[in-house]
Amino acid sequence: MTTVDTTRTTVDTTRTEDDMDKDTRQTVASSTSGTQDQRQRLMAEGLTLAYDRRTVAEELSVTIPDHSFTVIVGPNACGKSTLLRALSRMLKPTAGSVLLDGQSIGSLPAKKVARTLGLLPQSSIAPDGITVADLVARGRYPHQGLLRQWSETDERIVDESMAATGVAELADRYVDELSGGQRQRVWIAMAIAQQTPLLLLDEPTTYLDIQHQIDVLDLCAQLHEEQGRTLVAVLHDLNHAARYATHLIAMRGGEVVAEGAPGDVVTAELVERVFGLRCQVIDDPETGTPLVIPAARRSRTARVAAPLATAAVSES
Amino acid sequence: MNASKRTAKSGTRGVTLRTAGLSLRLDVRGAVVGLLLIAVALVMSVVLIGTGDFPIAPADVMRTLLGDGTVAQDFIVNELRLPRVLVGLLVGAALGMGGAIFQSISRNPLGSPDVIGLGQGAAAGALTAIVLVKGDPNVVATGAVLGGVLTGLAVYALAWRQGVHGYRLVLVGIGTSATFTSVNGYLLTQAHQEDAARAVMWLTGSLNGRDWDQVWPLLAVCAVLMPVALGQSRNLRMLEMGDDSAYALGVRVERTRMVLMGAAVLLVASATAAAGPVAFVALVAPQLARRLTRSPGPNLLPAAWMGAALLVTADWAAQRAFGADQLPVGVLTGMLGGAYLLWLLVTERRAGRI
Repeated sequence: MTTVDTTRTTVDTTRTEDDMDKDTRQTVASSTSGTQDQRQRLMAEGLTLAYDRRTVAEELSVTIPDHSFTVIVGPNACGKSTLLRALSRMLKPTAGSVLLDGQSIGSLPAKKVARTLGLLPQSSIAPDGITVADLVARGRYPHQGLLRQWSETDERIVDESMAATGVAELADRYVDELSGGQRQRVWIAMAIAQQTPLLLLDEPTTYLDIQHQIDVLDLCAQLHEEQGRTLVAVLHDLNHAARYATHLIAMRGGEVVAEGAPGDVVTAELVERVFGLRCQVIDDPETGTPLVIPAARRSRTARVAAPLATAAVSES
Repeated sequence: MNASKRTAKSGTRGVTLRTAGLSLRLDVRGAVVGLLLIAVALVMSVVLIGTGDFPIAPADVMRTLLGDGTVAQDFIVNELRLPRVLVGLLVGAALGMGGAIFQSISRNPLGSPDVIGLGQGAAAGALTAIVLVKGDPNVVATGAVLGGVLTGLAVYALAWRQGVHGYRLVLVGIGTSATFTSVNGYLLTQAHQEDAARAVMWLTGSLNGRDWDQVWPLLAVCAVLMPVALGQSRNLRMLEMGDDSAYALGVRVERTRMVLMGAAVLLVASATAAAGPVAFVALVAPQLARRLTRSPGPNLLPAAWMGAALLVTADWAAQRAFGADQLPVGVLTGMLGGAYLLWLLVTERRAGRI
């Protein structure tokens, strides 16, 4: 509506001090102080994590480097998703604490945290009969209030988020009608619309086919590079992790086994230690990042049960 | 101030009103549906007041309501029939909103107070008051509220495991419901004949003989709890996307859920105390309202208006078809609602949700 636009610009100038701007400034301020040992925005100190009585991790400490694309990998039940849940205050640690900007995350007001730290959970439910635009708009919730239900900024950011994730043309479609890959993009759009400098993603590529997996990861990399957001993702695929992460955290049995740049961390010894898998690590011909090639079946079985392997050979 | 209607660009629902630091959103279709339902409820109320052994024309009803009727009309309208209709409207609205809250929290149309045993729990409280205490109507009403609230607490406690999840709430509720049904059956077998007759009458849900004594407490409960529930409705909308998503957006999930469930339990229990367990209004009203507004989300207000319109219409139909005070309204809502429940079960099954 063109008649509206004149007033809109005046409103917008009064509102340049938007939450995201504030948060970005904080990010810049904290990043100038730089290296690993210094305080980063998101850290966990001495966490004990447990469901009911089953302890998943003890004395777990992790630092998420600002502006990194951190990926957490590890075998099933190593506690990687649990760690992510703790980092996003979904799970309350039985001991230790998660610090967001130096303060215990549990003590901060819920909406304030939601303006700094976003989460794309493993499973979300799209309400019946909701359109893509309406769902993405819900990402603006932490920025809204009873008297500020749908500002110009909200509208602009929702449009931008849909454009960035390539779902703008689906805006009027019902979420139930979309394919799995499209739906995941819509949920990511919602998380982006939340405009948090930190974004956690819990297995964002699960249940997607290979093309959509790469799509989603490219999108994450783009968010990280172009908007300078700090991303933390749990991924199953070690090769994806090695290719996209700027910082890799490898976990096993509730402990961090190794962390650092994928090029330094991903070695044949580490993969065997963490996943119990014999492999070769070569350079990815596309990106030069480490590429894990699992050892062929014969040499693996030969190691575990030599007599069986010889039997298999004689049969063939 | 400017209003932009469903901008083609962002495609979000509704009309936005904005001034400098203020922006409000209005779902036009939802608002129109709400107004229509209010109109239906009010028209049906006037018609219902005019219906009975002494029929009164709608125009005369209006005049009498405004204080201009004859003495006889004034007595019939303002003393006998108006309180009955008001109880009907309030009970319908309370059941509609209570049902909408429960269905939204359990993320399941079957998670309504009828199905998860609140009605049966309130009935058990009322039957205890009738059969064992032989109390007057006030004691019975108190018994019903207590029974409903205790059932609500029990269902919540039993369904709670690191948060309440929809499916478990429905299953625990069905178990609770079955338990109370048998408790009620036992109480009935223990009752003397006239107590049993009174109890059965109460169990059907009826507006017969309701007077101002039932109106005021129910009005007070609605006046306090409905605004509380509406204040939480934005949080409730976020909760529909799953606990994790709601947490991520900064909703205090468990607190929101407790406040809303508390409000819903009290609304349903108070409505039941006033009119008995009027069947299925809490199940049907939110679903019909949602289909009319075509709006995702809990639709709390439309559900309340729908409940009010449904109940007075059902009461009018029961009186019209079977004569005044011959058929309690609960029988009619039960028959219609039961058919609707069957249809819902079939379609839900087809959609693979149960």
